[in-house]
Amino acid sequence: MSTINIIKDKARELGTTQADALQPIRSAALASFDKLGVPAVKHEEWKYTRISQLFNQSYKIGTDTVDSKLNWELFRLPEFETANELVFINGVYNAAASTVRSAGLVVLPLEEAAKGEYASIVSKHLGHSAEYLKDGINALNTSFLVGGVFIGVNRSTEIEHPVYIYTINDGRAENVFAQPRTLVHVAANAGVMFVETYGSIGHADHFTNQVMEVVVEQDARIEYYKIQNDHAGASLVSTTHFRQVGKSYVHAVTISLNGAMVRNNLNMVMEAEYCESNMYGLYFTSDSCHVDNHTIVDNAKPHCLSNEYYKGILDGASTGVFNGKIFVRQDAQKINAFQSNKNILLSDTASVYTKPQLEIFADDVKCSHGCTIGRLDEEGLFYLRSRGITEATAKSLLLHSFAVDILEQVKPDAIRVYIDQLISERLGSYYGNAYPI
Amino acid sequence: MLQIKDLQAGIEGKEILKGINLTIQPGEVHAIMGPNGSGKSTLASVLAGRSDYEVTGGSVEFLGKDLLDLSPEARAGEGLFLAFQYPVEIPGLSTINFMKTAVNEVRKYRGQEALDAAEFLKLMKEKMNLVNIDKNLLTRSLNEGFSGGEKKRNEVFQMAMLEPRLAILDETDSGLDIDAIRIAAAGVNAVRSKENATLVITHYQRLLDYIVPDFVHVLYNGRIVKSGGKELALELEETGYSFLKNEMNIA
Ligand SMILES: Nc1ncnc2c1ncn2[C@@H]1O[C@H](COP(=O)(O)OP(=O)(O)O)[C@@H](O)[C@H]1O
Ligand SMILES: [Mg+2]
Repeated sequence: MSTINIIKDKARELGTTQADALQPIRSAALASFDKLGVPAVKHEEWKYTRISQLFNQSYKIGTDTVDSKLNWELFRLPEFETANELVFINGVYNAAASTVRSAGLVVLPLEEAAKGEYASIVSKHLGHSAEYLKDGINALNTSFLVGGVFIGVNRSTEIEHPVYIYTINDGRAENVFAQPRTLVHVAANAGVMFVETYGSIGHADHFTNQVMEVVVEQDARIEYYKIQNDHAGASLVSTTHFRQVGKSYVHAVTISLNGAMVRNNLNMVMEAEYCESNMYGLYFTSDSCHVDNHTIVDNAKPHCLSNEYYKGILDGASTGVFNGKIFVRQDAQKINAFQSNKNILLSDTASVYTKPQLEIFADDVKCSHGCTIGRLDEEGLFYLRSRGITEATAKSLLLHSFAVDILEQVKPDAIRVYIDQLISERLGSYYGNAYPI
Repeated sequence: MLQIKDLQAGIEGKEILKGINLTIQPGEVHAIMGPNGSGKSTLASVLAGRSDYEVTGGSVEFLGKDLLDLSPEARAGEGLFLAFQYPVEIPGLSTINFMKTAVNEVRKYRGQEALDAAEFLKLMKEKMNLVNIDKNLLTRSLNEGFSGGEKKRNEVFQMAMLEPRLAILDETDSGLDIDAIRIAAAGVNAVRSKENATLVITHYQRLLDYIVPDFVHVLYNGRIVKSGGKELALELEETGYSFLKNEMNIA
C-alpha cells in the first residue's frame, strides 16, 4: 500500500477511536485532503519544493506510542532552567516531559480546550489557516488533530519566562511522520515570547508537518523565534499562522541552518487597525539542503505596518526559495509594508528563487519590495585581506556581517548568542578557521 | 626595502602601468603625483595584491621577498599597508572587530602572541588619540555612511593600528579639510621611523607641507616621467601638469 493510503487509513481510524469534540474538524479535513491530495510541482505555491517526493517512503505515523525515556534534553535551549518547556515527540505533546511554570500561561490538550472555558476560542480560530493555505498539506495536518495543545496567555499578563517548544522525532528505529498542532491565544494586553527548536534522535528520515495558529488580541505582544538546524534527512513543513484580531505587535524571526526539505509558511493576517508585524529570516544552507520561506501579509484594515526582511547564504547544491505575498485590501488605507530579500550564492551549484507578490487594492499606501542575488563581495574581501586577514577568515567575517542585521532581531541575549554560535561554528567548519567572536 | 623594476600591469587586456622603476629605502618618504588616470591607484593596488590587475612584466622586491608572489594578507603580514583611495563599506562589521581580527592575524603571521582584550583596548585607545578618531565611529559598521573625511581618518587609524614597515597612502588627503590633513599627517609622522618608509600618492602639494617627502615622482600615462626632491612638488603646484603633456609630446 502506498504511503499516502496508509496515512489516510490511519486518519480514518482516528475517526473511530477519537470520539471527541474535534472529530468533525478532522473528518472535514480528511475529506478535503482526499480531494486536494499532495501538491504536485505544478501547484503554483509548491513549484520549487517537491513535497510529493517525501511520500515515496514509508513512515511510522507519529500518533503511536513513544519511548518515555527518550533523551530529548539534548536539544534544550540556553537558560531552560527558568523557561517554560513544551515537548512534542513524534508530533504528540508530551505533558510528562513538559514544564509550565509561569502564572497566566495555560497549556491544555486541544481536545480538552475544545470543550471547556476556551471552547469558543477554539471553535473560532482552530483551522483558520486553511483559508490561506488551500492545499492538501495543511488539510493533512488537520485530519490528524491528535495530541495537539492549546496555549493560552491570560489577559494583561506579561509571561515572565520564555516558552520553549521542542519538536523532537525519535528516529532510532524507523522513519517518522509527525504532525504537531498548536493553537495559541494571546489575550488582550498580554505579552509572551516563544522559541522553537527541532531535533532528531537517531538518523532515520523524518517528515514533520506542523501547524501552529496564533491569535493575538488587542494590545497584545508576541515574539516568536524558530531555529531549524535538524539533520540532513529531516524534512519539515512548518506553518505559523498569525491572526492579529486587535491592534497588536508580532515579531517573528526564522533561522534555518539545516534539514532536508524545509518549508516555512508564515502568515500575518492583520485584521485590526494599527497592527505591527515584523518578519525576519536567515537561511544558511549547504549540501543538498532546501529551504523555502513562503510568507503572506494580509492587510485588511488601515494604518498597519509590516516589515519583512529575509537573507540567505547558499552553498553546495542547496536551494533557497523566498516567496513574499502582500495583500492590501480596499479598506487598508495608509498601511506601510516593506519587504526585502537578499541572497549570497557561494557556489555555482547553489540556487535561489525569489519572488515578491504584491496585490494592492487601496490607493493611499506605502509598499516597497526588493530582492538581490549576488556573490561574496570581492572588493570587501580584498579590503579585509589587505589588512592581513587570511582569505578564510575574511570570508567568515563577511558572511557573518551579512547575517548580523537578522541576528540582531533576535532580542533575548541568550538565544541570540546561541544562534550566533551555531552560525560561527558553521563558518568555522566551512573555512577551516574559527571565526573569532 | 622596496625595489620596483620595469613593472607592467593592466586590466582586461588594457595596459595601464608601462614600466615603473622605483626604489624606496628605509626611513624615506616618497611622493607620487600626477594627473587623474595616470595609473597611481593601479600601482598602489598592484603592490597591495589586488587580483583584478594582471602583472604582465617586471618585478617587485619587498624586504628581500618577491612581493608579487605573496597573497594580499601575506603582504600585510610582511609590513605593507595601503590606505585606500576609496575605502570599502562593510555593513555589519565594526571597525573594532575588524581591527581586532586584523591585528591578531598579522601578529600570528609574524609569530607573535595574540593580544588579549585588555591589551587590544590599550593599543586602540593609544591609536585613537593619535589620529583623533571618535570611538562611536569605530563601533559603527565599517565605513558605512561615513563621510569622505571619516573614511580617510579610519584608514589612517588602521595604519596606526597595524604599524606597517611601508605605508602607501592613496589620496588620503582628498576629502579632508586642512585640520584633518594636519591630523592625518601627524598620524603618519608618528609612525615614521628609520626602519619605516612611506609612499604618499597625492594630487595636491598641500599634504606635502605636513608630510615632507625626500623624493617626488611624477607618474604620467603609466610611467614615472620625472623625479626630484621636494621642490618638484612646489614646481608642479605652480605650473600644473600641462607642461608634462607638452614635454611628452615633444619626446
Ligand atoms: N578596474 C578598472 N577597470 C578598467 N579600467 C581601469 C580600472 N582601474 C583603472 N582603470 C583605468 O586605468 C587608468 C589608471 O587609473 P588609476 O590607476 O585609477 O589612475 P589614478 O589613480 O592615477 O587616477 C585609467 O584610465 C582608468 O580608467
Ligand atoms: Mg587614484
